Amino acid sequence: MMLPTPIAPSAATPGPWISAAMIAAVVLASTTGEVLTAAAMKSIGDLDAIRARSGLKGAIRAVITCPLFFAGVFFLAIAFFSLLLALNHLNLSLVAPAAASLTLVTNAIAGKIFLKENVDRRRWAAAVLVCIGVYLLAH
Amino acid sequence: MTVMPAISLAQPLQLIAAVFTPWIALGIALLIGFFASYLTALSWADLTFVLPATAFGNVIVALFARFWLHETISLERWAGIALITLGVSFVAQGPSLTQHPAPAPDEMPSQEPVTTEVQPQ
Repeated sequence: MMLPTPIAPSAATPGPWISAAMIAAVVLASTTGEVLTAAAMKSIGDLDAIRARSGLKGAIRAVITCPLFFAGVFFLAIAFFSLLLALNHLNLSLVAPAAASLTLVTNAIAGKIFLKENVDRRRWAAAVLVCIGVYLLAH
Repeated sequence: MTVMPAISLAQPLQLIAAVFTPWIALGIALLIGFFASYLTALSWADLTFVLPATAFGNVIVALFARFWLHETISLERWAGIALITLGVSFVAQGPSLTQHPAPAPDEMPSQEPVTTEVQPQ
């Protein structure tokens, strides 16, 4: 295997606005994907119960025949490729904590608005604590 | 990804090609296992319950790095581990699923949520 050519990181590092846009794209696509996927799984129902009733094949069929699930996967795929793009241009130590921690908070907001989930004080506290924790850990 | 040449939006196919790099491919195989478990969890629990709970994986990664790879973990990172653990314990104490008895979207109690415990099989 060929050795990778080292690249001077400062030479091609994008400016703050482009960096923010790259991270925002990851966060936005990932939140949309998570919400759609969660909505799909709620519409399908308890997978453990389905598997108990009609086996693993039945459970897989229930998931892959749900259009909402593919809408979610589509946005998660966009999030994944925008993450690859962001990692290609920016440092992991910037992208990973920023994307991971921001996604937690945007998901709590989106879960409350779109999925009508009961985001009580306990869940807000959890989202914020885990957000700061992930940032400190990946930073 | 940083060992690869810079990818521009002008050649999006390069991003597709990156998928077939061995390490990325192995990562994807493991991610499929994660995704199946994640979907099952989402089928019986709220997104705002599952997401903070899965963030506990970050703590496991850090502990692996410390005790298996013998990496040094800074005070800042130990603080991160403590905060995630605290956050997960918060969310785990509460109910895992929001019940919607009737379509009443303007009724969102914040103190006493209408929720039940759902135990996975």
